[in-house]
Amino acid sequence: MNAPVLQVDSLHIHYQTLAGMVKAVNGVSFNLYKGERLGLVGESGSGKSTTALAIIRMLEGPARIIDGAINLSGTNLLALSDDEMRAVRFDRVSMVPQGAMNSLNPVMRIREQIRDIYEAHGKLPKRSELDGKIAHLLTRVGLKPEVAGMFPHELSGGMKQRVCIAMAIALQPQVILADEPTSALDVVVQRQVMETLGNVQQELGAAVILVGHDMGLMAQFVDRIGVMYAGRLVELASVEQIFKAPQHPYTQQLIGSIPNLEQKKLFKGIPGTAPSLLDPPSGCPFHPRCSEAFEPCTLDVPPLRETAPSCWVACHLYEKVVSHDHPA
Amino acid sequence: MATAQALTQPVTETRPRRRRINWLLVSGLIIMLALILFGVGGGMIIDKSYAQVGAFLPRMAPDAERLLGTDSQGRDVLSVLILSTPNTLLIGLIAGTVGVGVGVVLGLLSGFFGGIIDGVIRTVTDVFVTIPGIALLVVIATNVRSINVAIMALIVASLAWRFPARAIRAQTLSLRERGYVQIARLNGVGGLELVIKEVLPNLLPYIAASFVSTVSQSILATIGLEALGLGPQNEYTLGMMIYWAQFYGAILRGFWWWWMPPIVIIVLIFVGLLLTSSGLDDLVNTRLRRSV
Amino acid sequence: MNLQYVIRRTGVFILVVVLAVTVNFMIPRLIPGDPIEEKLSQLTATSSGNLVTGIEEMAAAYRTQFGLDRPLVEQYVNYWRDILRLDFGYSLSNYPETVSNSISAALPWTVFLVGTSTLISFVIGSLLGGLLAWPRIPRVLRGLIPVLMVISAVPYFLLGIILIYLFVIVNRIFPAGGAYTFGSTLHWDLESLGDILHHAFLPGMSIVVAGIGAWALNMRGMMISVLGEDFITLAKAKGLREKRIFLWYGLRNGLLPQLTTLALTLGYVVSGSILVEVIFSYPGIGYKLYQAIQTKDFFVVQGIVLVLIVSIGFALYVLDLVYPLIDPRIQYDVR
Repeated sequence: MNAPVLQVDSLHIHYQTLAGMVKAVNGVSFNLYKGERLGLVGESGSGKSTTALAIIRMLEGPARIIDGAINLSGTNLLALSDDEMRAVRFDRVSMVPQGAMNSLNPVMRIREQIRDIYEAHGKLPKRSELDGKIAHLLTRVGLKPEVAGMFPHELSGGMKQRVCIAMAIALQPQVILADEPTSALDVVVQRQVMETLGNVQQELGAAVILVGHDMGLMAQFVDRIGVMYAGRLVELASVEQIFKAPQHPYTQQLIGSIPNLEQKKLFKGIPGTAPSLLDPPSGCPFHPRCSEAFEPCTLDVPPLRETAPSCWVACHLYEKVVSHDHPA
Repeated sequence: MATAQALTQPVTETRPRRRRINWLLVSGLIIMLALILFGVGGGMIIDKSYAQVGAFLPRMAPDAERLLGTDSQGRDVLSVLILSTPNTLLIGLIAGTVGVGVGVVLGLLSGFFGGIIDGVIRTVTDVFVTIPGIALLVVIATNVRSINVAIMALIVASLAWRFPARAIRAQTLSLRERGYVQIARLNGVGGLELVIKEVLPNLLPYIAASFVSTVSQSILATIGLEALGLGPQNEYTLGMMIYWAQFYGAILRGFWWWWMPPIVIIVLIFVGLLLTSSGLDDLVNTRLRRSV
Repeated sequence: MNLQYVIRRTGVFILVVVLAVTVNFMIPRLIPGDPIEEKLSQLTATSSGNLVTGIEEMAAAYRTQFGLDRPLVEQYVNYWRDILRLDFGYSLSNYPETVSNSISAALPWTVFLVGTSTLISFVIGSLLGGLLAWPRIPRVLRGLIPVLMVISAVPYFLLGIILIYLFVIVNRIFPAGGAYTFGSTLHWDLESLGDILHHAFLPGMSIVVAGIGAWALNMRGMMISVLGEDFITLAKAKGLREKRIFLWYGLRNGLLPQLTTLALTLGYVVSGSILVEVIFSYPGIGYKLYQAIQTKDFFVVQGIVLVLIVSIGFALYVLDLVYPLIDPRIQYDVR
């Protein structure tokens, strides 16, 4: 692969709550390459959404980025002022929101909401060109140009999400973040919307980070998968590797829990409860639920290491086969 | 399709269940209690003859003896104020009780039984809600021979049911669809029994909130009517104090002690009731949040 | 447009008018005693010159108005006929002025005073409330919230009394009452306009200031729920400027339900404003009503009550029909 378009380097994010400090993201590092589709999976609370939101700096309320760097082709996003960051949003990093149903302003026509993006970034085309541009955008995501004159309540859920995709590609960003973009849609529409997102992403050559917990959807859509657990990236590898030869015990259980239509296996969950982020377990955060845990697991946090080419895992089981430790 | 989320249990609850003191409700109730104490307790201490016409020289400015001076009739303003406060509160209380009582019955009937009953009640409520209360009350009050505190309360109550009826109907409609009411209905619990046993208890917080705001609106309407001269002529109320002050030109003559005291008490009443009802709203909403 | 909704809403408006007319007709007849008789005898007893000259005509007017010798149904039909002709009879205390003339002389002042100040109060209050919900305002401004709570609890006219005391008695900045300098004649020039505004300032301020608290608190509530919506988050992610998000994504969405509140509380606003006119002797409908009650001028009272009910009913009717056109979210609710 080519040079990374986005480098996330030892990102730490904490939430200050009444009960104490919640360590939502604990040293997450990964690279995103041009045109690549990366999936981030994990349970709710694993820090996958928080990581994605941090990239576009949309963390709300008590969340603080404590440490780390986010480099977007040479710009450290965390060092930008609020106004500089505002200019980056949607121009260089855009996002397709989670709640498509309510993500559009109910009292503005679609045309105005797309026009807003151009205007905010000083890229408003001439009056004569604007309508054509908006029509083109809408056609690209499989909508009729007439949608521009409609209000959100006149559109179905799938159509609204297509509008959101159209908006996300309006300024041809380098990175598109999609945080469970289809969770509110039914399965058939889900697939169509994901196909649309895939198509426009390919045409554009943009990189995509897809956040979600639907392993089936991930398998169809992304190139690489990052598995997150308790605010850490525990495994990062290609889709084939993750599904065929998962290495981290957590990933193994995650894959094992997918019901298979061919083999009538007993439906297996992951035993134990998710860890408290207020007071995480010592050592590897997964060790209380891990069937293969041994002594070092309770003492040290295993770093992410490359155990096979382009296959990274954070687990003491693979210590011996270590070649070099460097974030992928 | 499997989801990692569905397979594991959610993150352990990190936010502690701290019991927050409802300061709005507490301070509202304290103010109301203080006002009742001032009116009822004060009424027991003072010499009622001080509030009689000609008890003192008229238009005396406040001094150490007469703390709030005397009015145009030579009555001690403080004594009149103490006797007026419970009367005004009483009017609000009666009007609020009657209004909410009628409103709850109408709202329940309308919301629970639907059909023609609902159609009629809802239309009547819509019509009355549209009418500016004071206009209708003026017609009634101008035609009533002599007004006393009880009649005043009933006049105001004649329109006080409108907003409670509307609010209770809406709540009943949503309650009717809840699981436990449906189950009770399937188990053959019928009409009136279902309303009294299942619906009414769950409406209590809304009824309480509705009651407080109805009392407040009734007192506002009373004072408005009284300021127009349509109040009890022979009894003491806060609104009539304002009316007489205005009638004898106290405002322009600079006799601030005729109108300032009742204004202070009236504002205290409204602030107290507003705090109480905001506090009750909070209470209802927290309950809602917990039950979701 | 949903026809069923329009028909239902029109029906409610017609019922409002019917109710207003019927109440005006029935209540004087339901209650024992005859207020008009009482008033007439009172006038004869005091027999102050010019009033006595009108007694005969007044008695005649009274008979036509009430026609007590006729059957009730016929009286009711006649009453309706007069109302539809805008014939509310004669003023008892200002004979031979008709009630219609008396009302139409007062109405413009009320529309001017109450309309303008309610609008100003609504706009300022809503903006303030919107700002108070915005997370990035200075903390100091948040101290305004309890102040607004207290203000919203003060009835308009009580604030009026306080304002008179402060700015008429203690500091002689504004006139004590009236709509223009007593004895002057009004012209369409700057001098008259200045005089009118000078007189309208204090009563206007009572309505504006006393109203701001309620509008601001209400709008703050609306705004807080709007700001939690997903479309606000996406607007931020889109890189829009704060001002754009505040005005077009936040305020616009909060303002529409706020308009519904305006409609619901219009009756309160007008009732409150009536009393402000009384305190400031402002020659509008409210002051006229007060004078009519003082002089037991029942025809004027009834006429004003009818005009108030019908005009507010009509305003709400229009607002209800127009609202779905300006808020694209609204589906006509015919439930």
